[in-house]
Parts: sequence; structure tokens; C-alpha cells
Amino acid sequence: MSDPVKTAPVPERVDGTTVLEAEPKGRTGWARVLLGRDAVMIYALIVVIVIAMIAVPRFASPVTTGFLLLDVIPVLLIAMPMTLVIITGEIDLSVASIAGLTSAIMGVLWQAGFDIGIVLVISVLAGVVAGAVNGFLVAVVGLPSLAVTIGTLALFRGLALVVIGDNAVANFPPELTAFFTSKLGATGIPTVMVGVVVVILFFGVLLHLTPFGRGLYALGYSQEAARFVGIKVARAKLWLFVGTGTVSALAGVYWTLRYSSARSDNASGLELAVIAAVLLGGVSIFGGKGSIPGVVAAVLLIGVINYALRLGRVSDVVLIIVTGSLLIASVVAPSVFGAISKWRHDRRVHRELPQATTSGAASA
Amino acid sequence: MELIRNRTGKTPGRRRIASFAALAATVALIATGCAGGGDDGGGGSGAEGEQTITFIPKQLNNPYTDVVLGGGEEGAEAAGFASSQVVGPLDASASSQVSFINAETQAGTNVIVIAANDPDAVCSALEEARTGGAKIVAFDSDTNPDCRDVFISQVVAKDVALIQVELIAEQIGGSGEIAILSATANATNQNEWIKYMEEELASNPEYADIELVAKVYGDDDDTKSFQEAQGLMQAYPNLKGIISPTTVGIAATARYLSTSEYKGKVALTGLGLPNEMRPFVKDGTVTEFALWDPAQLGYVAAFAGKALADGDITGEVGDTFEAGELGEREIGDGGIVIVGPPTVFNADNIDDYDF
Repeated sequence: MSDPVKTAPVPERVDGTTVLEAEPKGRTGWARVLLGRDAVMIYALIVVIVIAMIAVPRFASPVTTGFLLLDVIPVLLIAMPMTLVIITGEIDLSVASIAGLTSAIMGVLWQAGFDIGIVLVISVLAGVVAGAVNGFLVAVVGLPSLAVTIGTLALFRGLALVVIGDNAVANFPPELTAFFTSKLGATGIPTVMVGVVVVILFFGVLLHLTPFGRGLYALGYSQEAARFVGIKVARAKLWLFVGTGTVSALAGVYWTLRYSSARSDNASGLELAVIAAVLLGGVSIFGGKGSIPGVVAAVLLIGVINYALRLGRVSDVVLIIVTGSLLIASVVAPSVFGAISKWRHDRRVHRELPQATTSGAASA
Repeated sequence: MELIRNRTGKTPGRRRIASFAALAATVALIATGCAGGGDDGGGGSGAEGEQTITFIPKQLNNPYTDVVLGGGEEGAEAAGFASSQVVGPLDASASSQVSFINAETQAGTNVIVIAANDPDAVCSALEEARTGGAKIVAFDSDTNPDCRDVFISQVVAKDVALIQVELIAEQIGGSGEIAILSATANATNQNEWIKYMEEELASNPEYADIELVAKVYGDDDDTKSFQEAQGLMQAYPNLKGIISPTTVGIAATARYLSTSEYKGKVALTGLGLPNEMRPFVKDGTVTEFALWDPAQLGYVAAFAGKALADGDITGEVGDTFEAGELGEREIGDGGIVIVGPPTVFNADNIDDYDF
């Protein structure tokens, strides 16, 4: 008796197949570019810039471009490799400490009378080695990156203190420090931005246009699956941590020469600013999602808000509250939109297919 | 699921494109409005004559700094500045002040009064501000002398150091182990005082029996200073005294001592605020400590800034200016202006002060 009951509704349903309005699934072509998460970040950035230009006196000037970019460069630099690391589902908390260690090493070597070229090379190499230590522990030994890099966060900062102690070295070559704060003509854009753009392009191309980069997304979704499709998981992770180490060292060099002061506490706390910007830029902390343009827009967005509020002499207390709220909003918003669209979808199914739903429920 | 068929994937996307187009149009409208507004702003900034002063302390929300800044704002008003502002970082790190200096440069502030977290890290930013026409007054903690016009010092650094050594020697009876609990390891003023203390302990025969066993840094952070004080007592069981030449450090140390077995046995002195130290002086944890009146520091700095901005002084040695009700001050060697001698506070006089 159960057979007729089950089979009976089927032809009915097939006959009366209801055609529903389309579901907003994946977008393609220009719509995808213009309406995606990255585009929304860029629109938000433009809106904030425009509001700042209207509301904050003197914001609209080339001087702003210069000071603002000089302020965000360390975060912008480190956010690039950090994006890749977080997309694979890992994290690197030791970046600011690596920058501090680099700064300390630079100071000590320069004071010891080495040629500035050698000082720079050794400092960056120190970052490579520090990154390789992280990478070895995470990729080869297989420890969780959160634990490893909390450890090396303290370790590298401690080494920085051992290297330079309480001293500060400030007598770097004036031509070099002047170069680091110099601007490209009348545009107000700092000369070092050229190097920063190269770094951004490097990581952008690596992530979005190479098989290695596409593999990182797979890695972020499922390590097992990534391994089965032939991605060399351990090797990819090792290189990513070497990448964060190296770029952190570059940021440390920049920090030291921009402020012409090599100290052990340089860039302390920067890791949180970097991770906040990366998450705001749409990178999922669980891995598998994110893009370089989104992160660049997010770093600039936080930079512009901070700079505008500072220029408007709004207290730093308000500033950190704003940044914090923004971060939470950026993480919460996608889930809220997700919940809304699911609710709308369910409602539509209920409204337009009342028979199917109720009979399905009855027969179950 | 197979019952639900999509007719087309376009409609919602189009609707969204339309809403974005509307947003873009709004932005464009606002942007055009801004172009007009920008001109007004430019014209407004051109109107000179009103002088502005901005104070950049080492960090905000520090009780000592608040008193200094209170004096500064009072001085700025008395000296005739059109507006006075206080901006600054939340943490006393070396580079955190630079973006504030940049913002002031851009705002066209006439006088920047700064207590440097690092003498060199702020230098290039200050140079840029000076190029833009600003006068730089350092107070409390000096910058590199090349980067400022004058430095307003509380007191002669050596006097501050010596009075603390004198107080501790008196309180521990002239012999035993002592330690120093300082602020940050790079603070210019702290390190200068510590240097003088070490020299005095080494050279003065009266202090031959006093041994400085440790220097620790609480980073002007209450919790860290508290923990450092605790650590000192554990690491040096024979410790007889602590000098803490920072208001945060001495208050945290006093709080630790007052609740521990060392209360009254381990002497504590240094630089503290009477309002913060009052309970510890009353309960016997602390006998005597020193400080200058911090409000005067800000007050003199504001008048020095005014004299510089008016062109009355250039920061040369021997220049003099009127510092309101405090009378005339003279610029000494190295462009340094001294505010006054330190005051010693104890149970007898502490109630006379409110800061």
C-alpha cells in the first residue's frame, strides 16, 4: 500500500513543476567584479575618503597622502603575506616581533660600523631565518601555528632585547632616512611606495594568478583534500611563513629608517593591527576565503579613518573603539546577510510551494 | 530540490547594480559639493593672526601628565593663544607620537609642545613641522636638541637625582641594598636621573655602604610596575629600599608594599603625586618623596611657546621671557629653561597640595 502513496504524487509534481524566480547564486562577469566583497570594501574606502574630505578641514591635500601612506606602510606590507597565511587557515602572530628583531639587529650592526648595505642584507636575512623557524615548526613538525607563533612572538621580541638591550641607535645615514620619508614630486606619494606596490603585486599575482596561489584556497578549505589533489601542503606552508618573516623584516627596516630609531620595542602590537585589517578585508579566519585587493582596501580604509579622526583631533580612545567596531561589523555582516538570504529563500519556498512542502511533511 | 527551477539569473543582480549606481551618484554629488567646501576651508586657513598651541604628552590618561597639561592649558589661555589642544597616543611607545605631529603640521599649528618618548624618533616629523613654520617646545622629556627651540625642564636633572638618593639614604640609615624601578628603558629623563644617581652613589663617600643591586622597568604601566616591585622583593630578600622616579611606578610599588609583609620595612621614595601617594604616606608605607609642581611645567611651556611664536625670543642662550604669574625665566645652556626646585612631601605637608 505504501507504493501508490509514494509514487502517486511524483507525476503530479512533475506535471505541475513550479518555476520559481531565480536564486541569487554566484555572479559572473562584471557583476561579480563590481558587486563582490572586494568592490564593497573599495566603495566603502571611497565613501570614507569623500566624507573625510568634506568633514575634516585640510584633509583634502597632498600632504595627507604622504603622511597617511607613511603611516600605513608597515601594516600594508605585512598584511600581504598574512593574507596568504590566513587563507590557508594558519596565522602568524610573530610578525611584529620579527620586525622588532630586525630593527634591533640593524641598530647593533650599524653601530658596530658595518656598511649600511651589509646591515640591510643581514637584517632581512634575519627575517628570512625567523620566518623559516616558524615555518619549520608549523609545516614540518606539524604544530598548530597559533601556538608556535605566540611562542615566537615572545621569543623574537626577547631576542631583540638581548641584541640591543635598552639602547636606541639613531645615527643612521641622513640621506637614507631622508629617502624613506621623501615624496615622489608634488604628488605627496612617498617614494618607498614603489617598493610597497611591488610587494603587493607580487603577492597579488602569486595568490590569484598562479597554481600555487589557487592551491592555498584549497588548502584553507581542507588540508586532506588539498593533499589528495596533489598540493604539497608542508612545502606551501613553509614558504608562506618564510614570506611573512621576510616581509616583516622589510617592514622592520622601513620602521627603523622612517623613525630613524632602532629599538627593541619597535612595531610592538603591530600584529593585531595587521590581522584586524586582513579580516576586515574579507579574509576568513577559518581559511579558504579572501583576496589581496580587499585587504589593500581594508588597510587603507582603517588608515584613512585613523588619519581623518586624528586630523580632526578626535581622541585615540575613540579611534580604537571605531576600529574595533568596524572589525566586528565586518565579521558579523556577512553572517547576517547570509541568514537573511536563507530566510528569504525558505519563505519563498514555503509561499510558492505550499502543497509540496505540506504533503512532504505529512508523508514523512 | 529538483522541483525548483531557475528561470534566469539576472534580475536580482540588476537590481543590485541599480542600487550601486544610485550610491555612486550620491557619492559623486557629495564629491562635487566637497570641491566647493574645500575652497572655503583653504580660504579660512589663510586667515592668520590667531595663534594655536597643541600639547603632545608622552601618553594620554596618565595622572601626572593630566596635571602638567592642566597647567599648560591654563598657561595657554593666560599667554593669549586662541586655542589650545591636547592630542597624544594611548601607549608611550617611541614612534606613536609621529603621526600626531604630522597631523598638527598639517593643521598649521603655531606651537607644538611635546614630551618626547624617544629623542630621535620624533625628530624628522618635528623638522617637517618647523619647515611649515611651527615653533617646537619640548617639556618634561627632551627631544634631540637639534629638533626643538627650547626645552622646559622641571628642575635641574642632577638636583632631582640627588634629592632621591638623599631621601633613600636617610630612610635606610645609610647602608644596604637598593633598587630602582623606572618607567620605560628608553625614557630620556629617567635615564638621565638614573645616570646621576649611579654617579652619586659611586662617588660620594657617604653612600659607600649603599649598593644598587637592580634596575627594573615598569613601562609606566600600573600592572607591570606592580609585578616588577613584587619581583624585586622576591629576587632580593635583603633589599632595604626602592627608588621609583616615576609617578606610576611609585604608586604601584607603594600599593604592593602596603599590602605585603614588607610594609614599613622596605623604604620607598621617588617622584610621586601627592594625591596618589597620600594614603601610603598616612599608613606609613612611604615616609618622604619628592616632586616639583607639574602644573608649572605646562604653564611655563605655554608662555615659552607664545614668546617664540611672537618672535620675542629665538631660543638663544640668555633670552628671557615673562612666564605669567611665575615671573621671568631665562634660557640657559643647551636651550634649557628651568622651572623650579623639587619639593619634598611627607606626612606634615602633603595635605597642603592638591595635584
